Amino acid sequence: MPKTANPSTLDYSLKTAQDGTVHAEVRGRMEAGSVGPLWKELASRLKKPRGGLVLDVEKVDYMDMSGQALLLHFSRLVQDRNLPVEIRGLRSDFRHIQEQIDCFDCRPRPMQRKLSALEELGRAAVNLGRDTRQFFSFVGEFVSAFAYSLTHPGTVRWRDVLSHMEYVGGRAVFIIALMGFLIGVIIAFQTAITLRAFGAEIFVAKLLGLSMVRELGPLVTSIILAGRSGSAFAAEIGTMKTNEEINALQTMGLSPVRFLVVPRMLAAMMVTPLLCLFFLLFSFIGGGLVMLSMDFTLSSYIHQLSTSVGMTDFLGGMVKVFVFSILVAWIGCVRGLQTGSGASAVGRSTTSAVVSAIVLIILADGIFAVVYYMLGI
Amino acid sequence: MVKTYNVQSHTEHPVCVRKLYMGFPGETLLEEVSFDVYAGEVFVILGGSGSGKSTLLKHLIGLYSPLDGEIFIHGRSLTQATPGEKTQIMNSIGISYQSGALFGSMTLLENVRLPLEEFTDMPLEAMNLVCRLKLFQVGLEGYEKHLPSELSGGMQKRAAIARAMALDPSILFLDEPSAGLDPLTSLELDELILNIARTLKITFIIVTHELDSIFKIADRMIILDKRHKNLAAQGSPLELSRTHPDPWVRSFLNREKIAP
Repeated sequence: MPKTANPSTLDYSLKTAQDGTVHAEVRGRMEAGSVGPLWKELASRLKKPRGGLVLDVEKVDYMDMSGQALLLHFSRLVQDRNLPVEIRGLRSDFRHIQEQIDCFDCRPRPMQRKLSALEELGRAAVNLGRDTRQFFSFVGEFVSAFAYSLTHPGTVRWRDVLSHMEYVGGRAVFIIALMGFLIGVIIAFQTAITLRAFGAEIFVAKLLGLSMVRELGPLVTSIILAGRSGSAFAAEIGTMKTNEEINALQTMGLSPVRFLVVPRMLAAMMVTPLLCLFFLLFSFIGGGLVMLSMDFTLSSYIHQLSTSVGMTDFLGGMVKVFVFSILVAWIGCVRGLQTGSGASAVGRSTTSAVVSAIVLIILADGIFAVVYYMLGI
Repeated sequence: MVKTYNVQSHTEHPVCVRKLYMGFPGETLLEEVSFDVYAGEVFVILGGSGSGKSTLLKHLIGLYSPLDGEIFIHGRSLTQATPGEKTQIMNSIGISYQSGALFGSMTLLENVRLPLEEFTDMPLEAMNLVCRLKLFQVGLEGYEKHLPSELSGGMQKRAAIARAMALDPSILFLDEPSAGLDPLTSLELDELILNIARTLKITFIIVTHELDSIFKIADRMIILDKRHKNLAAQGSPLELSRTHPDPWVRSFLNREKIAP
């Protein structure tokens, strides 16, 4: 019989006698889609049962497990109060299911004991200790695998490195160029408006050059890297973890760090500075267009740019973006390897990879600011 | 308003397949296949690797559309149903996938409760009781709060059957229920299927390779023939294995090589 989630297939009448006995006469189909209203009505009438329960199901022509559950639940509820229960006219073909579930204890299962604050604190401390140990062991494992790869370049899976370079770098060129161009246009335009009040629009080039090369270039490139590639690393490795592919690697005697992490990190380290260069180039093009629209000549813009940005600034920015790329790729891989089980765990790892990467980038940027200041760069 | 078709001869059976062509344009897997599944029986779909067993199952549950032909579920055409009608038809069937396909982020109770939450207006207390009864039926009482990842393969398959039964379907489709299970767990699963079929009068349509299991549980079966893109045989397993005129069918069912 087809089941339709249509409540109109069940009809019932309820009355409560003077002695408190609830009489229910049910007609039609007692099934998952139709028993809801009757269940609610009976539950409200039998909240504090004073009398017994009479359920007349003679005119019920179909009863599924939900209907059976209703009979079982309310008869047990009333019986537990030592009150009489009568189920009238239950057809024999429905009775065998009742017999099968007769031994079922339908009382709600006791809830799990809630942990005390001290226990919660203890558990949190144990988890923190375990996470910290895992973190350091991963750092150690990674450093040793990475050092080994650098001293033994033949052991690096260069084919994987190339394919990751193509994904991390090649396919990101368009978005990086677009972002660079737009940010260049926006910054040049916004600063030009302010500087025009002082007749100092020509300094837009200086401002753009320094801010892009020293700060925004490395920062925006790394944040795009975190969103595009860090998340992808976490999701890829996380899915491999849930599919037991990481276990398979380990049992084959292959180190997941050497096999999965090193190629991704090498790829990110090699292409991110190049991406940053693209970003800078397009941001200068964007800024240049704004300057040209303000009747400055191209040669004066280029001259201002080249005199304001020195080699130290440029190298300082490149060192930054190189370090950021290590952080982004590393945290993406770590989060992937830390993935638990199930599809939602992969989602959590991916989110965590992006959030952690951005936090690490900003922290590292702060440290760079202090160090560069102290070094006079 | 549910559209019904003039198919008196089909409505008496839960599933009727008529002149079904399936596969991909330019490459058919099965051609002009017709069969009926009777109410309350355990019906098995068998065939060699690549014969289209799982694809046929996916057609029967409306995931794939046939190239031609008709599939009737309780007399309602699946191939001509509107999306709304299809949902109604889907509510009358339960499906347990090969991998179990339980939602990993939900406990077993939540997995089984999901269809009830979406398609019924039962109070939470009622839904929880019904779900616990379903899990009790498949022998997983006490595992309500467990996540699928905390269970063995056999338990996951049983939990998937409990979820497939959540809305008390009249037809249950199982895709390779015993795949990857040890013989004892597989036997327990067979007993569970028989028990559910007999007590709840549910029609089972099962895709399986396990011959032992087929002889134990199947009332009737069809064997897909990759060579002729058609049915090699249909009937009771025992009868087919003993008396079918095609030696290939007999050898398939008796696990014997055909004499050259």
